[in-house]
Amino acid sequence: MADVNRGERPLSPHLSIYRWQVSMFTSMTHRITGVGLTLGAVLVVWWFLAASTSAEYFEFADKVLTSWFGSMILIGSLWALCFHFLNGIRHLIWDTSRGLERETAQKTGIAVLIGSVALTAVTLFVI
Amino acid sequence: MVEFTLPKNSRMTIGKTWPKPQGSNVRAFKVYRFDPDSGKNPRVDTYYLDLDDCGPMILDALIKIKTDIDPTLTFRRSCREGICGSCAMNIDGINTLACLHGMDDVKGDVKIYPLPHMPVVKDLIPDLTHFYAQHASIMPWLETKTNRPAQEWRQSIEDRKKLDGLYECVMCAACSTSCPSYWWNGDRYLGPAALLHAYRWIIDSRDEATGERLDELEDPFKLYRCHTIMNCTNTCPKGLNPAKAIAEIKTMMVERRV
Repeated sequence: MADVNRGERPLSPHLSIYRWQVSMFTSMTHRITGVGLTLGAVLVVWWFLAASTSAEYFEFADKVLTSWFGSMILIGSLWALCFHFLNGIRHLIWDTSRGLERETAQKTGIAVLIGSVALTAVTLFVI
Repeated sequence: MVEFTLPKNSRMTIGKTWPKPQGSNVRAFKVYRFDPDSGKNPRVDTYYLDLDDCGPMILDALIKIKTDIDPTLTFRRSCREGICGSCAMNIDGINTLACLHGMDDVKGDVKIYPLPHMPVVKDLIPDLTHFYAQHASIMPWLETKTNRPAQEWRQSIEDRKKLDGLYECVMCAACSTSCPSYWWNGDRYLGPAALLHAYRWIIDSRDEATGERLDELEDPFKLYRCHTIMNCTNTCPKGLNPAKAIAEIKTMMVERRV
């Protein structure tokens, strides 16, 4: 029979050989930023909690969050928020079955990536 | 289930490098090989072809390799013009039909793998049993309840137009096997190809089982594992848009509830 060793068939390679696509990247990033933002939100809540606990404790929390490492995380979260927000709008438009043409989806994907960086920069330097 | 790495028996090794021919237009082809009789892991063999002595498409190269260099190389092919859908494989990182993909479309070495995340029967031949069963499960035929008309089932020109961009699908499986969601949940998620076919019958004006068809798809896995990653649409060698067809089904699901 042709399928004697069906159970031992190898699995063909997938992620390691597939060429990256803009839409694949934005989809994956949307999910990672979604999870990451929950953690970022916890940090901000901790900051507020510290403020309502005591002046000493707030000073400690503030020091942690405004250190170079804390700032990196907060700036990262800010970008994640911008990206998740913009890509979320993209998803909402898709849900009305619009903007799903190959070229359109490619363009909106790139726009979201550029837009998220721009929004982050605007928030950081202007506001 | 999400599993980024390959199982132990599926990890690729470096295979044989075949002799290089003389010529000014020589190209390297790195081809996935698996011999079920050897009991060994898959390997990647390197072949060299003089493109001045070969047809223009990737399929021409594969046939040339099989004829002149290594007759054990195994792959599916039939029509050589994008109609049968047999020669779907992963070429240069994307899924496409070898007969429609030109050698000029690839820069550098030509890397050829079977369709991703599928059980491999031999070399470039994946086992499509499950894929075909999923297609069968969406009832790919006209379902009617009213009495059969004396002549054919009539359809207006406008209604017929709705099937354009859907009926052309040749079931090559390039889209479904390009979809990360299908990689991780292919056992329960129907995948872009089967869903495109489902939509083709859902919007057919002559079909009278639209409600049942939608009921059948109303499932967290069958339909809703589509996260609009859009690899399907990007890869379709026939230029169709499964992502849009799936979005239309999702829209219909919402519309019939309000």
